[in-house]
Amino acid sequence: MAQGILQVEHLTKRFGGLVAVNDVSFDLNEREILSVIGPNGAGKSTLFKLIASFLRPSSGRVVFKGEVISGRAPHIVARKGVVRTFQEATIFRGMTVRDNVIVAHHLRSRANLFGYYVGTGVARADEAEFGRSADEILEFLGLSGLRDEQASALPQGHLRALGIAIGLATNPSVLLLDEPFAGMNHDETMHAVDLVRGVRDRGVTVMLVEHDMPAVMRISDRIVVINFGQKIAEGTPAEIQRDEKVIEAYLGVEDETIGL
Amino acid sequence: MERFPLTVIGAIVLVVALVVVVPWVLVATGRNDIFYTLTLISLLSIASAGVWITFYIGRINIGQAAYALVGGYVSAILVVDYGWSFWLTIPAAGLVCAIIAVLIGLPILRLRGVYFAMVTLVSTEVARLAALALPITHGARGMNNLPPPGPIAIGSFTIVPDFGTLQNPNPAFYLLSVGTMLVVFALVYRLVHSRIGRLFVALQQNEELASSIGVNIAWLRIIAYAFSAVLGGVAGAIFSAISQSVYPNSFTTQDSINFMLNCFLGGLGYVLGPMVGTFVLRFGWDLLFQTARFQLLIYAAVLIILMLVLPNGLLSLIPTQRRKAAR
Repeated sequence: MAQGILQVEHLTKRFGGLVAVNDVSFDLNEREILSVIGPNGAGKSTLFKLIASFLRPSSGRVVFKGEVISGRAPHIVARKGVVRTFQEATIFRGMTVRDNVIVAHHLRSRANLFGYYVGTGVARADEAEFGRSADEILEFLGLSGLRDEQASALPQGHLRALGIAIGLATNPSVLLLDEPFAGMNHDETMHAVDLVRGVRDRGVTVMLVEHDMPAVMRISDRIVVINFGQKIAEGTPAEIQRDEKVIEAYLGVEDETIGL
Repeated sequence: MERFPLTVIGAIVLVVALVVVVPWVLVATGRNDIFYTLTLISLLSIASAGVWITFYIGRINIGQAAYALVGGYVSAILVVDYGWSFWLTIPAAGLVCAIIAVLIGLPILRLRGVYFAMVTLVSTEVARLAALALPITHGARGMNNLPPPGPIAIGSFTIVPDFGTLQNPNPAFYLLSVGTMLVVFALVYRLVHSRIGRLFVALQQNEELASSIGVNIAWLRIIAYAFSAVLGGVAGAIFSAISQSVYPNSFTTQDSINFMLNCFLGGLGYVLGPMVGTFVLRFGWDLLFQTARFQLLIYAAVLIILMLVLPNGLLSLIPTQRRKAAR
């Protein structure tokens, strides 16, 4: 049976009087794909930022491999193995595609900054290794042909793939994907779904926040549904599709949108 | 590949021109005034290189004159009041500036954009007022009649002669400044082309993304800012020795702004940008002296036009293949 790798425990975030996330708890199991869904403004993105520690919770905590990570600096949390991607195509725009991925290998550095400055043996071995690994990741995500392009010149779908490549370069245990399918057409989405499955097959636990219902139903092992900051359901895609609270939350949305 | 030899050739030409050809021509023609101008340009471009580094991590720094002033005072005080050799005060000035930069940088580097720029702008004024108020800086009179740099000798072998015994110290000061400038730009070049440079670009382009891949952005920002301050301090220390004085007004907000303009003009994407920018701005200003009361007007108009026409700096005029060599 799958093991819990990350626990979200009674997580609450208040912005002034607004409670964006209210006492949400769930577990993330190793090597699963868990999706968090919910109507607009339900608090998904806030929840996402809380888990990646880009926000500090008002109360509650996030535990990763038995260690509390909430409230720590984002780079510390990334170092421990919980890495996020970004909603918009957030990349290093002025670098080439390959340099984006190479720079993202930061956490695999064995040399220190001074070593990189003077170019010690370890530093050079690191750089060679980062280059190899970047090429492998680009190949895996189908970006090899674009590796020397300026990142800002990439079309939307490839930008998202590059975002995932940057995440993978950190060698994460848990990869948090913020709306990986947003703004994609059907074909692009199906391609991205395959990519995310591939990421999981590399041994990475994936949690994603997403609007695109058909894609979520297709890709997820389990789904957590949030509405008005509270968890209203949790289960397999089949269970979620039958859940009355979920259907109610999405009332007014056409049935086919939630994949019924 | 092609880029490597081109860079090396360019570097050798630059070093030979600045260290051998220029001083030889100037000594032969007896142009001491140009010696002094070039010495000054070298020092100003060292300070500008510091500003350029803070630009490189995505921060607008209009406070470099503060560190130049601190460096000048540290050197002068150590030489006059504590009897240090001038040569030792150069690293000391750098160190003091680095420490101050870390202390100031910890809170202010959280700011971005215009907010950071405004705080740095104020810092120059703070440094001037501190120089006026603190007992150790000798108040508004400043410190003058600083002794010229003494000799450096190992045993009986003199490496650098006592500047005070030289008949014409101008070439010596020129070589000191230009030599330091070349070393500084070599260090910055290496920085930019090492992995640290890539991390700096990562900071410049997206700090959130950088921290999401595990980069300690606060720490890197401090390193960049401290390095920047060291260059300001070193330039200030050498300047105080050359002008044999340092006053609260030795470096003012106007200088801070000029350091920034030098970077803009030369090009923020090129390591040599601050050097080229300083040279053109300083010489341009001196040449315009003949236009008397129109000097500032023409100068300002030309600057505005240049920034509109060449937003990436003068070095962006170089054709692309060659351009890489200047980076």
